[in-house]
Amino acid sequence: MIHDYLVLSVILFCLGVVGVFARRNFFTVFMSVELMLNASNLAFIAFARLQQNMDGHVLALLIMAVAAAEAALALAVVILLHKQTGKLDTNVFSLLKG
Amino acid sequence: MEHSTFYLGMIPLYPLLGAVCIGLFHVLTCKRWQVPPLVYGLLACVGPAMSFFLALRVFFELRALPLDARFFTYKAFTWFSVGDLHLDMGFLADPLSGLMLLFVTFIGTLIHVYSIGYMSGDKSYAKFFAYMNLFLGSMLILVLGDSPVVMFVGWEGVGLCSYLLISYYSEDRDNVLAGNKAFIVNRIGDLGFVLGMGFLFWAIGSHGFDFLSLKANAHMMTESSILIVCLLLFVGATGKSAQIPLYVWLPDAMAGPTPVSALIHAATMVTAGVYMVARFSFLYVEVAAAGMIVAWIGILTALVAAIFGMFQDDIKKVLAYSTVSQLGYMFAGVGVTAYSAGIFHVFTHAFFKALLFLGAGAVIYVLHHEQNIWKMGGLKKKMPITYWTMLIGALALAGCPPFAGFFSKDEILYSALANGHFFIWLIGVLVAAMTAYYTFRMIFVVFHGQPRDQQAYDHAHEAPLVMTVPLIILAIGALFAGFYNLPAMFGGEQMISHWLAPSVADQHPHGSFLLEFFVIATSVAAFAFGLWVAYKRFGKGAEEPVFTGFARFAYHKFYVDELYDAVFVRPYKAIGAEISEGVEPNMTDAPVTGVVRLYMRVGTLVKVLQSGYVRVYAIYMVLGLGIMSFILSQSLN
Repeated sequence: MIHDYLVLSVILFCLGVVGVFARRNFFTVFMSVELMLNASNLAFIAFARLQQNMDGHVLALLIMAVAAAEAALALAVVILLHKQTGKLDTNVFSLLKG
Repeated sequence: MEHSTFYLGMIPLYPLLGAVCIGLFHVLTCKRWQVPPLVYGLLACVGPAMSFFLALRVFFELRALPLDARFFTYKAFTWFSVGDLHLDMGFLADPLSGLMLLFVTFIGTLIHVYSIGYMSGDKSYAKFFAYMNLFLGSMLILVLGDSPVVMFVGWEGVGLCSYLLISYYSEDRDNVLAGNKAFIVNRIGDLGFVLGMGFLFWAIGSHGFDFLSLKANAHMMTESSILIVCLLLFVGATGKSAQIPLYVWLPDAMAGPTPVSALIHAATMVTAGVYMVARFSFLYVEVAAAGMIVAWIGILTALVAAIFGMFQDDIKKVLAYSTVSQLGYMFAGVGVTAYSAGIFHVFTHAFFKALLFLGAGAVIYVLHHEQNIWKMGGLKKKMPITYWTMLIGALALAGCPPFAGFFSKDEILYSALANGHFFIWLIGVLVAAMTAYYTFRMIFVVFHGQPRDQQAYDHAHEAPLVMTVPLIILAIGALFAGFYNLPAMFGGEQMISHWLAPSVADQHPHGSFLLEFFVIATSVAAFAFGLWVAYKRFGKGAEEPVFTGFARFAYHKFYVDELYDAVFVRPYKAIGAEISEGVEPNMTDAPVTGVVRLYMRVGTLVKVLQSGYVRVYAIYMVLGLGIMSFILSQSLN
């Protein structure tokens, strides 16, 4: 049974990774990151169920808190970036190009 | 004992402090207000004068000590201690340094006083006096240093100060070049000194490197190593004391202000070489060959410089060559192991050469920096004090009895002959005649006859009191300094020889009364002959001669400067140019630029990875994490 949960978690995580790689819209990238976080949440809960203790739940709650904080911060950053350039394309920001 | 010798360290410290004070005072005040030059002058005289009084104290304390323990030292601090070498910043007072101290500080003080007058119209008054004080301080370190290394500090110090002061009138390119020449030629000599010092340390340095230990341990060295050390040190002495082949800088050093010339020639700098040889006399007596080389170089320098001196037309150059020539005598003296005679000549020479230079300076001063003797003439009436004092100096230089130079020169010649060096004595007598000739040629042309430049003559007047008083004091010295070492023949006690006996390894000649009389008679005859020839030619006024043949050759100083230029300077420059253009770009620059190019290549290859897009970096991150997880999982299994 744990196996099914983990497979789902991996699928979700890979979707998130591909989203970050492939999409150029800020919001899509941002949502992909959230997807990865939640994939890991799912894995934690599944393991907690398997182990019959609360450790996984604690971590899942912690990740949710972090995700909330990150959402607040990242949205603020997105707004600022949008104000500067008027665009929502991540490719605009490539100052580190060698 | 330690506290009571403390003042020994103060002797060089006073002039050095004076230099620092004058320099700082000037730097702090020059922007805001004009300090009267006299302030600097007086400030500058304080240091040397204090040193002179302390030198007197040293002298009397030394005299109170018993003859076999007539020295004391003061160790200021440990300079450094590396391996076998433990070196103190120590000062040594013994009869040799005591005597040197006395007249160096005395004459140095007088020259400072004189400079107040001579430099009165100068812009950078403070700079001049700061350098002068530094010069004297360096010389005192040289004299007092209790080890060759401390001596070397002073040795380098006087080299530096001579450079600074020779190129003092730095607006003129020639003066700067003269300063450079003095410094570079001195560096060549210094190399000899450093090598000699290193060799000496290698041989016996591990048993203590101060003079007293060296003297005690000298017997442990082999004869050949002593010879090497002696010759290397003598190379240093030829540089500093202007002997063949490194004498060329001294005549050019006339570019500096006249008091500087006086200081270089009389009290500091050029006497350092003779002093150093006398200081190392415990080595030189061990090997006769070393002494012989010193003596021959000395007497040949005396001869060559006297020849040059006979044909110069710059009043200061005449005196410069006379100094080179007299230094040659001193080296001849120390070379024939008559160290006290050599030092005695240093002593008397200091008086009359300082006198002559300051006198010449007075003439130059009143004639508004005219130095060509063929534009002077008849100044006797206008400048009586300068004339009479310079006449005394000239008589002393030419070796007329009973003036100071006669006794010291006679002592050297007598020692040479009594120790069996006939040819050295013969050349010495010849040089004595030439000395009398060129000295009085200068005196007659400058002071006698008719004025050659009427306008300059009409404006001439006696120099101010601050300049003439030092002249008079020095004239008294030039008149009487010789009596301190009156030979037994005249009922004297040879005070200086006896005084120096504990410091230097004199080998007293055992000549007969007849021999001594013979030497004196020939010296006086040589002097009279030189004077007579000079009088016949120049006594009643003479026109500037046109030099032909040998005289022309000598007037151009045998073209030695040109020869050195062609043999050393130009090839050296060519090699330098070759290295900077051929060797440096290919040999040293190539590897460095190669490394730079390598980095650039690698950089262009790698920079493709830096796309600047956030998502690409995310891929790297994921890839990196993936690889790490994979390795981790492999190792866990």
